[in-house]
Amino acid sequence: MNLIVFSGPPSSGKTSVILKTIEALKGQDIKVGVVKFDCLYTDDDILYEKAGIPVRKGLSGALCPDHFFVSNIEEVVKWGIDNKLDLLITESAGLCNRCSPYIKEIKGVCVIDNLSGINTPKKIGPMLKAADIVVITKGDIVSQAEREVFSSKVNSVNPTAITMHVNGLTGQGTYELSTLLMDEEKEIDSVKGMKLRFPMPSALCSYCLGETRIGEQFQMGNVRKMDLEDR
Amino acid sequence: MKEVEILKINELLEKYPFVESYFEENKLDISGYENKTFIEFLDHFTLEEVEDMALDLNKNLIDLQEYIRQMKSFLGIEVSNSVDVLTILPGQDKLGNPEGFERLDIKKSEMIAIVGPTGSGKSRLLADIEWTAQNDTPTKRTILINDQYPDKKWRFSSNNKLVAQLSQNMNFVMDLSVKEFLELHARSRMVEDIEETVEKILEEANKLAGEKFRIDTQITALSGGQSRALMIADTAILSSSPIVLIDEIENAGIDRKKALDLLISSDKIVLIATHDPNLALLADKRIVINNGAIINIINTSVNEKNKLIELEDMDRKIQELRRALRYGESL
Repeated sequence: MNLIVFSGPPSSGKTSVILKTIEALKGQDIKVGVVKFDCLYTDDDILYEKAGIPVRKGLSGALCPDHFFVSNIEEVVKWGIDNKLDLLITESAGLCNRCSPYIKEIKGVCVIDNLSGINTPKKIGPMLKAADIVVITKGDIVSQAEREVFSSKVNSVNPTAITMHVNGLTGQGTYELSTLLMDEEKEIDSVKGMKLRFPMPSALCSYCLGETRIGEQFQMGNVRKMDLEDR
Repeated sequence: MKEVEILKINELLEKYPFVESYFEENKLDISGYENKTFIEFLDHFTLEEVEDMALDLNKNLIDLQEYIRQMKSFLGIEVSNSVDVLTILPGQDKLGNPEGFERLDIKKSEMIAIVGPTGSGKSRLLADIEWTAQNDTPTKRTILINDQYPDKKWRFSSNNKLVAQLSQNMNFVMDLSVKEFLELHARSRMVEDIEETVEKILEEANKLAGEKFRIDTQITALSGGQSRALMIADTAILSSSPIVLIDEIENAGIDRKKALDLLISSDKIVLIATHDPNLALLADKRIVINNGAIINIINTSVNEKNKLIELEDMDRKIQELRRALRYGESL
């Protein structure tokens, strides 16, 4: 089985891109399943189900969704193998712009949209910088100039990635994307022992443990103060 | 040892001025390290800073090398980027029947119309061109550039796309003035004389727009016609893509014939999907698409060109009535 990790900020079009790409993959007789990770709520699983795609969802609730991802990915891969999938796609929540749940030996795809503003590539951390493929969406509603400026900004923060334009509504570009996903040499039966490309943010403070009171005497562990001095 | 490992940062900047934007976009503040190498600069980050800024120092080094390589080839593309002739070799329709033509050559400065009902496969044709299909898309078409199998760079290069697109419902989303916007685009294209280029685009855009606009107008405040005029002039002059694809341009507030002339005079190949006889007959040829395949290629006949004159006459009358209406005259 091949595993692909999709990531990207909320509302960038991950689900639409994945759905249309799977349509193209089905035409090539490839059996694809999806596991959707989110924080509090998602009904994306219904969209996948409607399209006849085997799907599971995982809600992280009180946990950081990407930490939740790593601690479940092994079982998720087992689910894919038990279901005899050729390709398993995981879709992340993509909440804080820093994290990337990418795994070293596994292809990582970041979905980002033209509407998010030209400084966005600069704001996104490893989620964009460590991806193998960057998919830029919503190009049909901005000008050619903005598309060119945006993709050149993406390119300057991740020059080694393949950057593609995909229209999640019409599916333009998804056939092309689908040809880049499967890779015989990347067949796996487990992710045990593999490593993340980038460490998740470390934080362990009293608020992580359920503290709700505000005030210095309640703050313990990994705490840092802002610099609010006059300048 | 590689160049990026030996050269000091100020030497790098002198040799490749564009690396400044790499530092800038990656938030790498090199001030104070101009006399050090990039590796020495990367070494100065403490473990805490690396964690805090989510840096991947190894990848930064690989990325900078790759960025320099890409930019060097981007700056040298003028020659290799030129598309003199684009060739489409036939594939098949949705049922697997062969397409109804043998070979279609489209030359620089040529304009081709694409006609066919919704869902007939117009976008697929454009996607085949953009992806330089090699019998590896659902239509099994093959695209040749300058009579040769194209370089893979057309598929994957992010600064060097084959096709620029102008679609019906495009907007400007940035909040900038026309000047700032064009400067930003010109910088990303590494244009040398930015000021001159910006003025040229404004001038051409104003020739197309019904109502003129100024260089300090906010782009979000432009009217529909003015926006389209600016987008077309900008694409004609600044876009690196040799092929321009237009998905219907509305008539309102823009001189479409002049717009197409501008694109063609910039050595572009222009493909226009339209059902407006005024536009379709302007082209020398039109491709007819149905059921996923090109079923016919029609040369615009003399008879049709005469019809076009008639149509343009009617169009002028309507425009005149519209103008009269706008200025409060009785019809």
